[in-house]
Amino acid sequence: MPAPVPDPTSVGLVAPQNVRLFTPDHPLTLARGGRLDHVEVVYETYGRLTPEKDNAVFICHALTGDAHAAGFREGSDKPGWWDNLIGPGKPVDTTKFFVICPNLLGGCQGTTGPGSVNPATGAVYGLDFPILDMADFVTVHRALTAHLGIDRLLAVVGGSLGGMQVLEWALRFPADLANAVIVAASSRLTAENIAFSAVAREAIMRDPGFRGGHYAEAGTSPDMGLSIARMMAHITYLSGEALSAKFGREPQFDGLAPGFGVDFAVESYLHHQAEVFLDRFDALSYLYLSRVMDYFDPFARPGATAAIAEVRPNVLACSFTTDWRFDATHSLRLVARLHGAGVPVTYRSIPSSQGHDSFLMPIPRYHDTIRAFLDRGLAVREGERR
Amino acid sequence: MTSVTQPSRPDRLRRDLQLLSSLIPVGSRVLDLGCGHGSLLRHLQAERGCTIQGVEIDDESVLTAIQRGVPVIELDIDYQLNNFDDRAYDVVVLSRTLQAVRRPKEVLLEMARIAPTIIVSMPNFAYWRNRLGLLSGHAPRSKDLPYAWYDSPNVHFGSLTDLEALFAELGLTVQRCLPLNTAGHRSAFPAAWRNWFAGAALYELTGQRMTAAAD
Repeated sequence: MPAPVPDPTSVGLVAPQNVRLFTPDHPLTLARGGRLDHVEVVYETYGRLTPEKDNAVFICHALTGDAHAAGFREGSDKPGWWDNLIGPGKPVDTTKFFVICPNLLGGCQGTTGPGSVNPATGAVYGLDFPILDMADFVTVHRALTAHLGIDRLLAVVGGSLGGMQVLEWALRFPADLANAVIVAASSRLTAENIAFSAVAREAIMRDPGFRGGHYAEAGTSPDMGLSIARMMAHITYLSGEALSAKFGREPQFDGLAPGFGVDFAVESYLHHQAEVFLDRFDALSYLYLSRVMDYFDPFARPGATAAIAEVRPNVLACSFTTDWRFDATHSLRLVARLHGAGVPVTYRSIPSSQGHDSFLMPIPRYHDTIRAFLDRGLAVREGERR
Repeated sequence: MTSVTQPSRPDRLRRDLQLLSSLIPVGSRVLDLGCGHGSLLRHLQAERGCTIQGVEIDDESVLTAIQRGVPVIELDIDYQLNNFDDRAYDVVVLSRTLQAVRRPKEVLLEMARIAPTIIVSMPNFAYWRNRLGLLSGHAPRSKDLPYAWYDSPNVHFGSLTDLEALFAELGLTVQRCLPLNTAGHRSAFPAAWRNWFAGAALYELTGQRMTAAAD
């Protein structure tokens, strides 16, 4: 593998770190009941923490993300998933901010999840892993923040499921953060959103290889189900416009050869997406994490905005015009709720043709907005120091 | 939508906005529709201890407002004010923008729903210079109406008399009317002559309908 080309806007070579945040003496009690005696978290950091520890930006990843948000890992020429946003001179500027990105609880990229081995039994948790809640993600994020010795984050930033974690965090522990960036997220999934998630989970659980979640012991794998789940979900992350622009009705090979194989270019693309996904994602994590999104409805809690109305951190919410997974009404709903609680809210509707995945794209208006918001946060912090 | 009759200077508050801010009680919760770069809101926050929120749809203005720490919601004043709760604010401001919205009636009614006090300013198309302009065969242009007819964002051409008739029709009571000269100061002419001699006017209104409902 060639060494990454030196790029002044890249954080360069990065390495994941590992920390045990919960132990039998200090277990993780879960919001929906149950507990985990062992929780390990994999995370990456970029940039330098100030001696005052007041320049930390916490990144929350989406459903299928991981701790590798920026830079390059040893031996790989593939940058992190939010590399266009995070780096020297980029909107999340690592010459100014200390950036933290962990893999989620329940994930499959190093942090404890349903595919991990339960140290108490020596077997993979499978469906014995407790049901998770958005609050549990926040509990673990807070434990990591405390481990790093940080009392208050300059900002917490996330897109999609990441944005939902930011919202949960800001509502429950608003004093932890001065600024919150919630991109392409939702405070309550619609029936349509849940329906798509349900079909994805059905595809996984009906795969004969799923074996009631004990596929690791059985030596099988619900690859077919996970592939179908990914292919379908992937369509919902794009837009009709983006798919037409990219593929139209182009044949994959020299000409169309009617039959049931892969014939159109878009079909080949979906197959490729599924292939790549199988290499990096676990079916059980898909079930657990997507289910957390379905149940998330923080404003339904009594007194949901009581804490944030006291502390009033600055909130930035963004939606994208062609995002039909979480369209503008999702963002406007959470904006209205926060705004109704007296929280200073900035909201932008960003024109984009790329659907839900726009949040991962370097769209100038979007990136300029995040840059302006975070730079303002930095200026305010500098004012507070004086 | 940015205030569309006079460009705002980044650092000094425009005179008419200084006058406007003096109408707003200290510590109010203020929503500014078409807040531009957020100059008025920043002034209200710093000088009058107000809780502020802007609405703006122009890209460059939104970005500037964010850079200056003004919370701004990007939405369409004509169609999306339903995102604000009833009585979410003490005061809602629409400065030099009413003539550029598509549905002035609906916008004013929404404002009356959102806050008990409304402050509206609008250029006067019946200002004497504008009348002269028309008599000479040209669409009026002045400090308050700086645009050529073909690139003006203004879509409604009303006089102060017309505007006051609309307020009455909508059940909005004028608490105060400050006629302005073209420099943005209070006009030196008697208020009764405003439809001839004021380049614009600033109105403080209360929504009768909502007040009645609240009682």
